[in-house]
Amino acid sequence: MWREPWGGRLSSPPVPGAKARTAGLRGACGSAKKTRCIMDRECSQLLPSVCAVLADSRQLVADDTFLEKFLDWFKTLTETESSLLLLQENPCLTELITCVLKLKDPSSSTLSFILRLTGIFAASESCFQYLQQRELLISLFGEVGPLSSALWEEASVRSGWVQGVHSMVQHQSALHFLCSCGAIEVIFTLQGDPSLFVASAANQLLVHMLTFSLQSFQTKPENIKDCDWPICAQKLIVHIEESLKSNSASRIKQSLKLLTSVFGCCHDLWTEVLWSRLSEPIVYLLEEEPVHAGHSLVDLFLSMARSPVFSCPECSLWTSVTCALEHLNPAQVGRLAVGVLKLQECPQAVKIQALSVLLQPMDCVLKAASQPLEYPGLLNRSVNDSATVETLLSCRSSCASLLCQTLTHLEELQYLTCLPVDLPHIPLLQSVVTILQFCIGLATPASCLGNKISRILIGCFRVQRSALDILGALSHWESPSVFIGSVFDILLAYLKSPDTSPTVLKKSFQATLKWLVSLSEAPSSKDHWQQTEQFLQDLFLVLQKRLCSPYWEVRDSALEFLTLLVKHLREKEGFRQVLFSSEVPKLTEDLLEDPESYVRASAVTAMGQLSFLTHLISKKPGVENGNVKEKSIVAQLKEILSTDSEGFPRRAVISVFIDWLREGHPDVLKDTEQFVSSVLQAVNSDLDWEVKAGGLELAEVFSAQLLGRLGLAACPYAAVLSSATRSTHLSESLQIFCQVKLFEFLFGALCDCDRPVAQKACDILIALKAELCDESSLKEGTSAGLSTEARGIAWLEETLRRWSSCAKPCPRGDADEAGSQDPNGVLLVLRTVDLEGLHRSLNRSSDHIEKSPQSLLQDILATVGTLEENEADCY
Amino acid sequence: MLDCGLDMTSTLNFLPLPLVQSPRLSKLPGWVLKDGNTFLDKELKECSGHVFVDSVPEFCLPETELLDLSTVDVILISNYHCMMALPYITEYTGFTGTVYATEPTVQIGRLLMEELVNFIERVPKAQSASLWKNKEVQRLLPAPLKDAVEVSTWRRCYTMPEVNSALSKIQLVGYSQKIELFGAVQVTPLSSGYALGSSNWIIQSHYEKVSYVSGSSLLTTHPQAMDQASLKNSDVLILTGLTQIPTANPDGMVGEFCSNLAMTVRNGGNVLVPCYPSGVIYDLLECLYQYIDSAGLSNVPFYFISPVANSSLEFSQIFAEWLCHNKQTKVYLPEPPFPHAELIQTNKLKHYPSIHGDFSNDFKQPCVVFTGHPSLRFGDVVHFMELWGKSSLNTVIFTEPDFSYLEALAPYQPLAMKCVYCPIDTRLNFIQVSKLLKEVQPLHVVCPEQYTQPPPTQSHRTDLMIDCQPPAMSYRRAEVLTLPFKRRYEKIEIMPELADSLVPLEIKPGISLATVSAVLHTKDNKHVLQPPPKPAQPPASKKRKRVSDDAPECKPLKPLLSGSIPMDQFVQTLEKHGFSDVKVEDTAKGHIVLLQEAETLIQIEEDSTHIICDNDETLRVKLRDLVLKFLQKF
Repeated sequence: MWREPWGGRLSSPPVPGAKARTAGLRGACGSAKKTRCIMDRECSQLLPSVCAVLADSRQLVADDTFLEKFLDWFKTLTETESSLLLLQENPCLTELITCVLKLKDPSSSTLSFILRLTGIFAASESCFQYLQQRELLISLFGEVGPLSSALWEEASVRSGWVQGVHSMVQHQSALHFLCSCGAIEVIFTLQGDPSLFVASAANQLLVHMLTFSLQSFQTKPENIKDCDWPICAQKLIVHIEESLKSNSASRIKQSLKLLTSVFGCCHDLWTEVLWSRLSEPIVYLLEEEPVHAGHSLVDLFLSMARSPVFSCPECSLWTSVTCALEHLNPAQVGRLAVGVLKLQECPQAVKIQALSVLLQPMDCVLKAASQPLEYPGLLNRSVNDSATVETLLSCRSSCASLLCQTLTHLEELQYLTCLPVDLPHIPLLQSVVTILQFCIGLATPASCLGNKISRILIGCFRVQRSALDILGALSHWESPSVFIGSVFDILLAYLKSPDTSPTVLKKSFQATLKWLVSLSEAPSSKDHWQQTEQFLQDLFLVLQKRLCSPYWEVRDSALEFLTLLVKHLREKEGFRQVLFSSEVPKLTEDLLEDPESYVRASAVTAMGQLSFLTHLISKKPGVENGNVKEKSIVAQLKEILSTDSEGFPRRAVISVFIDWLREGHPDVLKDTEQFVSSVLQAVNSDLDWEVKAGGLELAEVFSAQLLGRLGLAACPYAAVLSSATRSTHLSESLQIFCQVKLFEFLFGALCDCDRPVAQKACDILIALKAELCDESSLKEGTSAGLSTEARGIAWLEETLRRWSSCAKPCPRGDADEAGSQDPNGVLLVLRTVDLEGLHRSLNRSSDHIEKSPQSLLQDILATVGTLEENEADCY
Repeated sequence: MLDCGLDMTSTLNFLPLPLVQSPRLSKLPGWVLKDGNTFLDKELKECSGHVFVDSVPEFCLPETELLDLSTVDVILISNYHCMMALPYITEYTGFTGTVYATEPTVQIGRLLMEELVNFIERVPKAQSASLWKNKEVQRLLPAPLKDAVEVSTWRRCYTMPEVNSALSKIQLVGYSQKIELFGAVQVTPLSSGYALGSSNWIIQSHYEKVSYVSGSSLLTTHPQAMDQASLKNSDVLILTGLTQIPTANPDGMVGEFCSNLAMTVRNGGNVLVPCYPSGVIYDLLECLYQYIDSAGLSNVPFYFISPVANSSLEFSQIFAEWLCHNKQTKVYLPEPPFPHAELIQTNKLKHYPSIHGDFSNDFKQPCVVFTGHPSLRFGDVVHFMELWGKSSLNTVIFTEPDFSYLEALAPYQPLAMKCVYCPIDTRLNFIQVSKLLKEVQPLHVVCPEQYTQPPPTQSHRTDLMIDCQPPAMSYRRAEVLTLPFKRRYEKIEIMPELADSLVPLEIKPGISLATVSAVLHTKDNKHVLQPPPKPAQPPASKKRKRVSDDAPECKPLKPLLSGSIPMDQFVQTLEKHGFSDVKVEDTAKGHIVLLQEAETLIQIEEDSTHIICDNDETLRVKLRDLVLKFLQKF
């Protein structure tokens, strides 16, 4: 693989695996750049043949994606150069349109393509006129065109028509044209098209037409009725108004969707005028019983509420939002309520009402499990008729959905940086705990509704998951001991229960972690410590059992939880004591040999964390007895790195080693160089690219640490070293890098078949080159007679080959001799190899040649040729 | 009789039967009454505040007072757990009927009985306590002895000859086999999915269908899946044998079992699993087969100790047709359907008839021991409880749901070993029952009263009861229920030659009638219409007729009448025939026509007409003919 000479160019990459790739990249680089902006000669030459193929109804282009790519190319072209010029210089394009129009029986895909292509050209006003003069636009988009042909039945043709019109509407002439040729009515019809794609595109087109026609209309007229809006806009508004007043649910929904998009994308003043005109029929929709287009109305109000045009507290929008909060079904209104609560600008009264809407189902649940007067409840007053909520809660089909939605919305609120209203978090916490109790049959119903809720919720995993999510989120509030106790109780119940599903168990672990972390960080953490310690003791008993579970998901979740728990609480002396008085550390170590690779990986990560503590705790008398293993944890992890057949555990080991190196793990600090050297050697022979990438990260951390320690890192605040000291430190660091065989590893990775590995190795080498090969060292190297010219290419090849071979594990143990690096040689290699050029090559996507327009055109022609050949064969 | 299970919870009131002399048990103090009276101290012993009978354990028999069991013709057995009282019924009550059960039920039932007899007989106990059973004395005893019911009927265990005799009365049946019972009903066993050979039964006549759903399971364990479809269209569904622990999901419990087992063994402790020799143990061994490697327990020995351990493990492998689909397909590979064969082959599982003999040589700790009896009152388990009870490293894991684990452990207190309760009951829970009832839609459900209300300890769990429409009919002990259906119809077969002779007359479009004159022949509850014998010929000779020639006397057949009599026309006809003084009175059931002059009364009702005249036969015949004119004849 090294036989091929480098052609005398040291700038070409010394990467055998990547050689073919980079050579290809160089070849295509020039043409790709050119054709991206303008039509080049090669493409111009190919275009007539391609157009001829496309215009020939017998020559079907098999792959539709060619046409899409073709359109994308023209879109780019028309954005950068004159569309008119393009048409004039390439008359084959106009001929193509004319030709397809004349075809008796064009294919639907070709016709759709032509509609879209013409739309792209017609976006330019001059080009629009050019096409108009040739009566191509009226033939394509007018009543006599595809609209009246049988092909209009094809959704792709209708879609092409809408997209063509959408592209075209970039100037007033296009709008006039559409108004005059009756196209607007067609678009109105297409809003209700059976194809959802066409209907959605038609709706978006109307949004675009409305905003485009009114984009210059910035002032607010005194009298709405007398406003002088363009004809097209007026037509559209009348259509929307009529739809809203119609009894057709689908028409109402289409108009509401249209308005949602308009208010969402356009924040001009005219939108306020539009709302004034349409608010009446919209409010009327809210007053209907039952409200039909609830979800669409919520979307509309949320879209409007986010527009600065309506942020004024006196705006009539808020009256409508209030009305919606009162009238909409509780299952629909939650999204509106949470949306309102997230707004910066919103009247306080509306926010309070929105919060009440969200709290109402929780209030009902709390009351269903409490004796009257036992709890005051969550709400001072009820916004909606609580009977509606109760009905939904007592029905199997709606109860779980309503509760899940409500819990999710309330959880979202917990993560808001600033909650604009007072959240009754204690009653909310109680209600969440009550729901969780209902779900495992621990709650005692206090009413008929409670009985129904109990029957529905027992064993309902969906609600359990949502409730555990919010329970975790509620941990950031300061809570009195009694409530912390009830939280701990319910969490333990879920963690202990054999019926807890693996996904619910995972959520339980997450919620537990959040509570423990919050409590440990709270100012009052000492007050709760006794309670927490008792909980931890119970928790570790459960964890022991979960670590022995026959289900790997459970063992895995338990290990992940343990890892995070140790990570967050390892500074707590009490935590460490409870942890090491349990069997958990021993069981975790046992799981390093679990048959399931995911579990082994998690056990590795957990042991990585635990080993920080083991070090602390093993100094204490009495702890050694139980947990001392014959083999150290470093040795165990290294063995996994070298021998485990699955990638996950090996990746986990390398991540742990990186953490250890970063955080200064005592076992690593004992002999960092030896540690890094052995790890790099193991990683070098690994076939998993992620392990290799991890090894590179380790190398990066190691080199940064070493350079930093010797004062060589590029830190603006570091003391400037004298040149002599710097030179000494440089050579010292270089010596160490050579000892750990860092460069062998890095150059090996540079030749890796996986691009991310090669890229990362290249990055690190460039950084090291910047540090190590400064001018002085270069001079030094040159003066020492180490120039490339002096040693020659053969030497460079030979050096790299030697490094490559000795970076692999050597069975005979003579690797040291074979691979011992000469620091000066390393410097010379670093200086010689064009790392920057290689970096550029590696950053290019491997398929960039195939993306060129020339390639596309050739592909189209080639495909047709293949088809012809096949036909001939068949004949 | 549907099933005959044995209530073994009575044995919990007795002291365990140790295999070797137990100093601890023999030193237990006798129980003394509050007033210091010691007359019961030989019979009753006290252990950690509980009082136990120091005698051979006794069992509570099925109800025998309510009906005379000698009148029972047939006993249908659902599964091997539900036949443990069979020897008491067949050998002591004058029972002469037939018992129906599937082959695995009989074979494994025999193993269970054999084990039970062996456990009791190999530890003979000289003492037999009976004083405490005296009602006056029992009143003075502490609970639960005080509250034990029908103690006078409790009996010692049966013997092997009795078992053999009882089993000889069993007729083997296969799933979906139709068995005629005296022509009256047909019974059919269906797979119930609970245990090897376990069955639900359909009892049906031509027009009625009663389903008896006993221990059934919808879970995918080793037995053949439950046959639900055949239970459809039942008039009555008798539902029993639901899970005893509705809050314990078997999957979760198996997970608990494995986790606790692994934790104990990893800490150097032993695990004791009191169990029956068949049933859930097969599933547990299969589960452990998959788990032991992942839990690093490959080197831990598993021991299965029972007098019938070998037979049980081997029987399970040969009942291929009674196994679930997956296991059946293995047989054709051919592979043993249960993986415990491999465990035995690789020496991971070893089985012994008892702790004596080979076991003592092979015994290595830490280990896992499966042994009986789950009540902890007899069997090898007693030895292990005594042996391992003192160390907190060891664990006893209860998997059988039949006994309260706290009561089972009471005579072993104080106990240092850990106790884990993982009841694995695969029988139907209430959610599954609800789905099953929706699926099979019986007209009525009949079930024990306990299933119609939440468990007393969890009165808020309204989900733990049967919820169906119409509400289930419940019954309690010794209650007599009338099943909510009446037998209205019988099916009668008609002989082909008789059918040929019929001439149907269409009286309405689509409805034809024909009169049938035949002899109804009834035998073994089957009814057949046979052609009537030909009219008796005048005797050709004056020879005396032989008795066997006696045929039923065949009178000339009268036509059948139908239709109604229009009163106005009838009166006109009467007048036309000279009856001048005709009066008609309406009655609740019809009309009365009075012929005052003739002193005659014609009573016309929906289904009868009476002519009441004073011995004037001519008049009666005349009037009869007038009435007949208005009716159609067949």
